[in-house]
Amino acid sequence: MPQTTRPSENSAPQSRGANVLLEVKNLSTDFVMNKGTVHAVIDVSFTVHEGEVLAIVGESGSGKSVTSLSVMGLLQPPGRVVEGEVLYRGQNLLKLSQNEMRGIRGNQISMIFQEPMTSLNPVFTVRNQLTESIRTHLSLDRKDTFDRAVEMLALVGIPSPEKRIRDYPHQMSGGMRQRVMTAMALSCDPQLLIADEPTTALDVTIQAQILALIGDLREKIGMAVLLVTHDLGVVAETADRVVVMYCGRVVEEVTAVELFERPLHPYTLGLLQSIPTMEDVDDDEPLYMIPGMVPNPLNLPKGCAFADRCEKRFDRCTRQVPDLYEAEGRKLRCFLFAPDHEEVRP
Amino acid sequence: MTEPLVSLKHLSKFFSVDTNLFGRTTSVLKAVDDLSLDIYPGETFGLVGESGCGKTTVGKMLVNLYTPTAGEIWYEGQNLAKLSKKDRRHYYREIQLIFQDPYSSLNPRMTVGDIISEPIRVNKLERPDKIDDRVSYLLNAVGLSANSRNRYAHEFSGGQRQRIGIARALAMEPKLIVCDEPVSALDVSIQAQVLNLLSDLCDEFGLTYLFIAHGLNVVKHVSDRVGVMYLGRLVEVAEKRELYRNPLHPYTKALLSAIPVTNPAQRKERILLEGSVGSPIDPAPGCRFASRCYAKGDCVGCACDAEMPELVEVSPGHFVSCYLFDGE
Repeated sequence: MPQTTRPSENSAPQSRGANVLLEVKNLSTDFVMNKGTVHAVIDVSFTVHEGEVLAIVGESGSGKSVTSLSVMGLLQPPGRVVEGEVLYRGQNLLKLSQNEMRGIRGNQISMIFQEPMTSLNPVFTVRNQLTESIRTHLSLDRKDTFDRAVEMLALVGIPSPEKRIRDYPHQMSGGMRQRVMTAMALSCDPQLLIADEPTTALDVTIQAQILALIGDLREKIGMAVLLVTHDLGVVAETADRVVVMYCGRVVEEVTAVELFERPLHPYTLGLLQSIPTMEDVDDDEPLYMIPGMVPNPLNLPKGCAFADRCEKRFDRCTRQVPDLYEAEGRKLRCFLFAPDHEEVRP
Repeated sequence: MTEPLVSLKHLSKFFSVDTNLFGRTTSVLKAVDDLSLDIYPGETFGLVGESGCGKTTVGKMLVNLYTPTAGEIWYEGQNLAKLSKKDRRHYYREIQLIFQDPYSSLNPRMTVGDIISEPIRVNKLERPDKIDDRVSYLLNAVGLSANSRNRYAHEFSGGQRQRIGIARALAMEPKLIVCDEPVSALDVSIQAQVLNLLSDLCDEFGLTYLFIAHGLNVVKHVSDRVGVMYLGRLVEVAEKRELYRNPLHPYTKALLSAIPVTNPAQRKERILLEGSVGSPIDPAPGCRFASRCYAKGDCVGCACDAEMPELVEVSPGHFVSCYLFDGE
């Protein structure tokens, strides 16, 4: 058996020396289906410090969205957290009752969803939906609640907010709806914002606006952001630290700057190389591509989930799942970086 | 210079949004407005713009899913509108479409083999006993195994479904394929696979593409020439390298600047456009981009709000529609 190096408690690169706000420990989430059990999230641990932007990156099926839903306690059956702790300021969110959780959700932790088209209720006005969370969490009278809602809309950059607040969602464009969602999420000054693909459904120029907005608000309110995305461009623009997920497991955890300068995990490397970049317009080389496909989640391979698609695999990879090793100033789930790996490191 | 394969001449498509009591149109959505464009054989023309700019409408007019309100489509020197129904059918066989969403564009009740063989049967492109071979050949060409023919679309992942869609388009032996955002619904690592497949097929089958996308980074990789659209108008057309090195139109510059960098050390000051794309319904006269244009002040005395600028050639092959480069 290889020696396992357990990541020590405080090994994560500290951001701004701030306190730990959210700590996810060994989280595992299963979906029990007729055809079998899907292990959507397997033993995932990470921390978010105050005021920090942590990005969770992965392709569809990597478990990134399920992780964020598990943290929020919004998982629908057949999904179920089977193991682990979600500590928010030391309090385990998974142990809270529905009522207690409601006091935190939308107030201290809030969430922006991916689809601005479907996440707003089409039969209520923006005012109705926006004031709901303010009414629930802040004790303000009717007038102040309305003023607060208008103020939030103005903050997220909606022109003539006192007029637009009477609109129904269908009267607004996609970018506007995403702003309304953001306003709703921010209306109670959350400490932590979970943004699940906040810009995926938007046009590039609107995406740039929303990212700039989240960055601005982070400075103003001082909130931490857990950004869930598949878009490494968005990560490069906003994140301080990055957790890369593949098939439910964390495969690399590192600061954003280092991730892009020196990606080490073969999956991360492949992902970065397969993005069409804007530099080198002249080169007509075919794009780098990761061969093969993401394995079927019902039937994960015995060894490393990425082994099938990996150019650097050796026989050990297909036999057993690597641990998350501490190496090169980051965490890596790859035998190439195991302390007992004989070969010379690249 | 070679003859263009397809030539769009002053093409427009208006939709009537509102009519009065007597059925007369009172409100018009100008999806595509006076667009002229040549596509040469063997090239990949990238058409870029945000949602609602009319890029998909252009594609749909090319494959005859929409009839143009005004203007002409010339294909191999013939005006398609002037052809007899029978001749037209032949031409439309040679122009095929690949859809954006691989989940909704394949019939869930048909096997993959049926999906691909249907166009061959309907158009009698192959003898009935040869159809099976042809389907296997096409499946192999797009990188799927020949025995996938007996399976249904839902058994495949997004990237594989997009390959099936490509095989279906290839079944018609097309010359021009309109790719309507073929990779925007796919994961990053799968995107690269499909993009590379498309460029391989281009060489193998001698195809010409009209590649429609909403971001300039994907188009950069596959295109020879790129056109940028904004609210129904073509605002800039240039050879790829020229466009990326030397973008002229303020909107093109903003689009380029909006692309996220892949290096956090180079986080840059970007041009943030105010507001969102305006409405194409009853657009005001003047440049469509004028309400969001940050360079309007640089151009004193220009008719930005009064008249739409013409698309003028500023250097060989580089066209731009902006008063800043009107030459005067």
